[in-house]
Amino acid sequence: MNVAVAKTESGRAVSDLFASAEGRLPGSPAVVAVRREAFETYERLGLPHRRLEEWKYTDLRAMVGEVLPLAVAPDAAALSRAADAVKAHAFEGARKLVLVDGVFTADLSDVKALPAGVSVTTLRETLDKTADLLTTASTDAVISLNAAMATDGVVLSIADGAQPSAPVQIIHVATAPSASAFTRSQVRIGKGARPTIIESFVSAGASAYQVNDAVLVSIGDDADVAHIRLMDDAPDAVNITSQFVTVGANVKLNYFNMTTGGAVSRLQGFITFAGEGSELSVNGVNLLKKTEHGDLTLLVDHAVPNCMSRETFRAVIDDRAHSVFQGRIIVRPDAQKTDGKMMTRALLLSDEAEADNKPELEIFADDVSCGHGATAGALDDSLLFYLRARGLPEKDAQALLIQAFVGEAIEQIADDDLREHVIGVAERWLGRRS
Amino acid sequence: MALLEVKDLKVRVEEREILHGLTLTVNEGEIHAIMGPNGSGKSTLSHVIAGKPGYEVTDGQILFRGEDLLEMDPEERAAKGVFLAFQYPVEIPGVATMTFLRTALNAQRKARGEDEYSTPDFLRKVREVSKSLNIPQDMLKRGVNVGFSGGEKKRNEVLQMALFEPALCILDEMDSGLDIDALRIAADGVNALRTPKRAIVVITHYQRLLNYIIPDFVHVMSRGRVVKSGDKQLALELEESGYAQFEDAA
Repeated sequence: MNVAVAKTESGRAVSDLFASAEGRLPGSPAVVAVRREAFETYERLGLPHRRLEEWKYTDLRAMVGEVLPLAVAPDAAALSRAADAVKAHAFEGARKLVLVDGVFTADLSDVKALPAGVSVTTLRETLDKTADLLTTASTDAVISLNAAMATDGVVLSIADGAQPSAPVQIIHVATAPSASAFTRSQVRIGKGARPTIIESFVSAGASAYQVNDAVLVSIGDDADVAHIRLMDDAPDAVNITSQFVTVGANVKLNYFNMTTGGAVSRLQGFITFAGEGSELSVNGVNLLKKTEHGDLTLLVDHAVPNCMSRETFRAVIDDRAHSVFQGRIIVRPDAQKTDGKMMTRALLLSDEAEADNKPELEIFADDVSCGHGATAGALDDSLLFYLRARGLPEKDAQALLIQAFVGEAIEQIADDDLREHVIGVAERWLGRRS
Repeated sequence: MALLEVKDLKVRVEEREILHGLTLTVNEGEIHAIMGPNGSGKSTLSHVIAGKPGYEVTDGQILFRGEDLLEMDPEERAAKGVFLAFQYPVEIPGVATMTFLRTALNAQRKARGEDEYSTPDFLRKVREVSKSLNIPQDMLKRGVNVGFSGGEKKRNEVLQMALFEPALCILDEMDSGLDIDALRIAADGVNALRTPKRAIVVITHYQRLLNYIIPDFVHVMSRGRVVKSGDKQLALELEESGYAQFEDAA
């Protein structure tokens, strides 16, 4: 029998990736066994490709080719660059939790100044005791790879009833070029808690790096949560993130993602309603240029009755960039009175820009209200002319209309300062465009 | 030097000639009315002066204070002092009216090499003008023209005119879709902007508007040309006899 060794396009054996990293991966012997198994799953599947329905628009095998070796620990110069990047991207007043090249960095974090009701440990510490955080409800190749390779992450806990006086911002900083960072975090939100969680992905001068992140979120009953994710990685970076969110009863979850960086990115969210009476608002913005590829894939699972989900997605696509939205809503047989809607709009700024949109409704209950809509088009010439006739230069007129277009999604962020912060990130993207 | 000189202007839209050699001269301080039946080219003229894309000028000239307007982008024309009040002002969801007004005003000032308005000065000015035009403050917080009635949209155009202080105002069918009360408010706003320096060109199908904005000159357009010019008396004659007589003359 012939046993072929799986190899990447560059000829490097896939198993080398794990073998060379294994000594640096934290965890007890039990954890190591779980990692090995996860890596074997990844080895068997390989990077996702277009023949898999869930990945048909984002063919990682073709676009990424191979997974880069694990980043080495940052030196003093890299840490100093990371500190600058943290300063530049921090939301004012937020308590920062910083991961540099996939490793929690206490020196750059506000661990000693956490608001009441907020506690933090790291994945590294947790893995000394248990491998629980390495298992998830569903897996695919990238999630398995993440379980095998995760070096660190934030384990954040918000106590029951806590109303933290400041937002918590998890900042992922890349300093190592041509290397990978694997992170896995957990966010546990107690009953009735009202936290604001921000996640930021930024580069501190690094290029051509890869990020594979996983976040496990559980939200207790009656909580009111704002979760904002800003992916602003280097323009030649890869960012693949999987988020698993379990929503309790009578929860209000306002989730926002904005992608302004990355050559290839995908955020896949798996959101499950586990308790009745909850309301989910998911708002996504992709701002893409050059040959960037940005994919937002959401699975909203209405497993219980009487929940509401709203998905609003806006993509601004310039040059030859490619935006993907896949929205799947499952309404289980018992989930009567489900109200689930998604609306996506794409603004194409060039003839070669591409938007793919795949809504899927799988409805097994009979008393529900579900729907989806999608539009794609260019900037409205009559609006452009109106603004120019009032004195706005063409680029400024375009920028104002683009801001207005994405504003509909950004407006859903309730906090004024945070909304302004997000608008600032979008404006920087617009500035880079012109 | 005349403020605006249109000389023998020929304009095509998608292979069809709309203006066949139009000539018009407007001096500072004058109010001109351009009247004519539907399809006579009135709106085309206003669009070409403002610089709307999609029109091909095949012959003739438009000079603004002696400068070739056709060589300028729409935003340059605005900064020079050309203002077109749109027949159908567009709605721009997501762009607050205040943001729009400030951005536009400062863009024009910047193009002219002037300092940007300070926020207090700007707010004071907007408040003052909007009050005289009966525009409620909460309207200014909404998206540009979003949910505005026909009358409110036209008043918003007049508000911009008052704010930008252009040298030449072209009002394209300002009376369309307005009832008498709304028309009066808008017209009063325009009259308040009359100065010896500022010229106003009123484009209208009906004589009615000219009861409120009294023109110095009236021009009748038909089939892409000015076929008759006169004083305000001409508008009254038109009201009596209609445009039919000019259709043949063209």
